[in-house]
Amino acid sequence: MSAEPDPFRAIADPTRRLILDELTESDGQTLFEICSRLTMRHGLTSSRQAVSQHLAVLEQSGLVHTQRRGRYKLHHIDPGPLRAIVQRWLTTGEEPPP
Amino acid sequence: MIRINLTSIHVDDQAKALAFYTDTLGFSKKTDEPVGDARWLTVVSPADPDGVELLLEPNEHPAARAYQEALTADGIPAAQFAVDDVHAEVDRLKALGVEFSQDATDLGPVVTAVLDDTCGNLVQLAALT
Repeated sequence: MSAEPDPFRAIADPTRRLILDELTESDGQTLFEICSRLTMRHGLTSSRQAVSQHLAVLEQSGLVHTQRRGRYKLHHIDPGPLRAIVQRWLTTGEEPPP
Repeated sequence: MIRINLTSIHVDDQAKALAFYTDTLGFSKKTDEPVGDARWLTVVSPADPDGVELLLEPNEHPAARAYQEALTADGIPAAQFAVDDVHAEVDRLKALGVEFSQDATDLGPVVTAVLDDTCGNLVQLAALT
């Protein structure tokens, strides 16, 4: 695993994009809630350990932050690293031609 | 035919657990017998007083606490209870000061929420839609 934060690698995986979708809808979820949403809403049967590893990649890329609240740990989305991608190329502010 | 008549949950304090499971969640006390320093303490649903009993078991075994802490950190419920309307129940319990690790969430065939039972566990509420 690269030590360099890499949002490209993080969002290359469809499960990780779904995790970001679900955190966008409701920010601050436990691992259990994320697993429930992936299973019930998207029919994904990834193991809890696999989802945990996906979250670790997202966390390393800076797209997800974890925070302890009381006795449980919540995952929060941080779109900051994606903003850097947009600003890297979409610099003109021009609308695309029709 | 085999069936479940008793299941248990570990609690850090039986008197506190009895208060939470009856006064707050709405179960009824079924059995309360002394067992050494502890109690054989069970609750049932008032909708089914002869149904499955929930044993409020002391978590004195050191492994029980480690187990509870590890499950709670990841938001994993130790038990699941059925309610008619999860959204209404979450509103009612929040007004009583109950903390939720997961708000009422529509998952398609089921609506769930996860609360902190204040005795060391997370508990899931569920209603089939």
